[in-house]
Amino acid sequence: MSNEQEHNFVVSQENWSLHRKGYQDQQRHNEKIKDAIKKNLPDLVSEENIIMSNGKDMVKIPIRSLDEYKIRYNYEKSKHVGQGNGDSEVGDVVARAPGSGDGQQAGAGNGKKAGDKPGQDYYESEVSIAEIEEALFQELELPNLQEKEKSEIITEKVEFNDVRKKGLMGNVDKKRTILTALKRNARDGKAQITPIYNDDLRFKTWNEVIRHDSKAVVLAMMDTSASMGAFEKYIARSFFFWMNRFLKTKYESVEFEFIAHHTEAKVVTEEAFFSKGESGGTICSSAYYKALEVIEEKYNPTRYNIYPFHFSDGENISSDNKTCIELVHQLMEKSNMFGYGEVNGYNRYSTLMNAYKTIEDPKFKHYVLKEKADVYHAMKSFFKKTAEHV
Amino acid sequence: MNGTKELTNAIEEITEVAKGFGLDFYPMRYEICPADIIYTFGAYGMPTRFTHWSFGKQFHKMKLQYDLGLSQIYELVINSDPCYAFLLNTNSLIQNKLIIAHVLAHCDFFKNNIRFSNTRKDMVESMTATAERIAHYEMVHGKEEVESFLDAILSIQEHIDPSIVRFKLPPKTEDNSTNEDSYKKRGEYDDLWSLDSSEKHSQKRKIKKQKKIPPSPEKDLLLFIEEYSRELDDWQRDVLTMMREEMLYFWPQLETKVMNEGWASYWHQRIMRELDLTTAETLEYAKLNAGVVQPSRTSINPYYLGIKIFEDIEERYNNPTEEMIRNGCKPNKGRDKIFEVREMESDISFIRNYLTKELVAKEDMYLFEKKGRDYRITEKDYIQIRDQLVSQRVNGGFPYITVENGDYLRNGELYLRHGFEDIELDIKYLEHVLPYIHQLWGRSVHLETVVEGKETLYTYDGKEMYKQRI
Repeated sequence: MSNEQEHNFVVSQENWSLHRKGYQDQQRHNEKIKDAIKKNLPDLVSEENIIMSNGKDMVKIPIRSLDEYKIRYNYEKSKHVGQGNGDSEVGDVVARAPGSGDGQQAGAGNGKKAGDKPGQDYYESEVSIAEIEEALFQELELPNLQEKEKSEIITEKVEFNDVRKKGLMGNVDKKRTILTALKRNARDGKAQITPIYNDDLRFKTWNEVIRHDSKAVVLAMMDTSASMGAFEKYIARSFFFWMNRFLKTKYESVEFEFIAHHTEAKVVTEEAFFSKGESGGTICSSAYYKALEVIEEKYNPTRYNIYPFHFSDGENISSDNKTCIELVHQLMEKSNMFGYGEVNGYNRYSTLMNAYKTIEDPKFKHYVLKEKADVYHAMKSFFKKTAEHV
Repeated sequence: MNGTKELTNAIEEITEVAKGFGLDFYPMRYEICPADIIYTFGAYGMPTRFTHWSFGKQFHKMKLQYDLGLSQIYELVINSDPCYAFLLNTNSLIQNKLIIAHVLAHCDFFKNNIRFSNTRKDMVESMTATAERIAHYEMVHGKEEVESFLDAILSIQEHIDPSIVRFKLPPKTEDNSTNEDSYKKRGEYDDLWSLDSSEKHSQKRKIKKQKKIPPSPEKDLLLFIEEYSRELDDWQRDVLTMMREEMLYFWPQLETKVMNEGWASYWHQRIMRELDLTTAETLEYAKLNAGVVQPSRTSINPYYLGIKIFEDIEERYNNPTEEMIRNGCKPNKGRDKIFEVREMESDISFIRNYLTKELVAKEDMYLFEKKGRDYRITEKDYIQIRDQLVSQRVNGGFPYITVENGDYLRNGELYLRHGFEDIELDIKYLEHVLPYIHQLWGRSVHLETVVEGKETLYTYDGKEMYKQRI
């Protein structure tokens, strides 16, 4: 760096490799995003964008605490100046209103960007579902894990992952055999493939692998009687969405059986389960009978981890409650846990919940969901981290 | 970089040309940096500035654009003496030439525009010191604590009083001026005797005298909080002072965006024309230049509008009309006139005085606003367009907020007023900012504004936000 006085300017190029400031603050920003996700979990978990995305990787959700708030003008309510090509007329459309979450960046500071892209810079944080999962599942744990270990079944599988000198002719490894022959011939003076001796032969050989196979099945039961509206179903849907994703982190495969019931129960498709409404009263035991039947038919408890979850608004025919309790006990014998979620926005008196309160079994979990954010709390309650695991 | 020697020669040539045109700039320091460094400086607005996540967010965005190949040519110049300019180490020679020509004109503007006359020319060092002080406070009081305080200040950092001739908070000025006067009368060196105590005494006296705080609406919210908040610790006052200093330094740049960029673009074009470029270089330059000065349908590109106005002024003053001659204009004085404009005006007066009806028509400018789901052109009238541009530049583009009362309801509550001028505030944002002000003030904060034609008062009491019609 020489100071060229006569020029009155200096050109210098220094080693900047230790200058990490931008990256450090970027990392702090990332930490803040993670933090914000954690704080907003109750809202995020029931965010419609996510539930309806079918698990697409990225979702756009406004993470509010990360905006740099200023006292600023309302962009939508003010006039702006633009320039046309010479033929603009009153009434011409110059732009479409962007989606929600408009956040034009206040570009203070003096870093000027030549030809700065005109127009507003709408900011919305993009968050991957994986990030939300990471934050959410950190707080969850599968109860009764010992059960899972017992039900792990071992499958034997062969994998060709070894090479030996002896073996079946059908499994000869041509490439390796030729290579060996080549090397040996080269040592003897001539680098060629032939002749190939017995000693050059190489065979692919298998080993037996023991694989722990773990399967889980969720028996999703829901009251589809007239009293269950769109809101109740949405809550159930959000819950099952996250439950599915959570179990997938614990098991290799997770299957779902959807059992819809009013006065009688039947196995339906996922779509029908969440969209169809039926009329009539409610007999919950019908769903439990069906669930037991399904377990009997398809899901052997020694092979499957079974998670029956029932969502209802709690309006059950009182005479049925006793049967229900009995059946829940039967179900619990075969499954890892039994969850009962009651969507009850208005604090109605619920006959079913009252009956269930008498059940005392660590496998039995129940939760009353009053609003969207309760999906998160229900998840936490059902899959509570117990102290000794922390 | 293809040879520093080549670059040095180019700089020498461009500097000569620029001087020949009459540009007057500080000694220049050109630093050649890799992309992540340049974008770091760009995000922070300074080579060294205090640590905050919002800069990290900005840096990430800029760097990402660069990595994806989306960012255009980037110029970064610091208003300081000597003046620092940063060149990307992957720039081609012609890119560097354009940038150098451009930043020399910026530097001329920094040195000569009246708005910049009060900015500190040693701000690079000063901000480094600020960064160190704040880092020290982080050590002492914890990162979280300092960060949360910075979050709060940054939300209102623009609400200072940047007047060139600034009267301090009114009572203080009276005290000071009388004090200073009496000192002067006594003798040249007498003020040295009481250097330590004079400042503190005058402050105390002022608060005792005070009846209504502030006596007249106070524009400098930062200063007001600094002086009168009962909530702040010494270190917090110190940070507040430093943040205010930084904003005072940046303010003229907010106020002269159109002029400053227009001036720089005007000159890089004139200077580049003087250089001996090969055909390939000329083409590359033409492309770069077109990317920089490009009009937009949905906003005003300051580079473009600025250069058009400067060119228009020059043209008109080269060929004055009868009326202009009668008022004392001489022909072919366009160049002189634009030098005068760059010295005397800021964006508001620049647009107000020199955006002519003819220019608005020639540039096909219009007003648009949201109608239903679309943004539609609603106005093509010259006066309306000019006035809208001016009002957007008032107060650097930020809503004008004043402190009306620092002891509202005789309860030490803070009453702010938005000087409503037809543009409503973003209420969602406002509702997030009031808690920040509350954090700084320590008591209920009120802000009066107009929403949907009705005067409305927003109040945050530390727990909840209230909204009421007045």
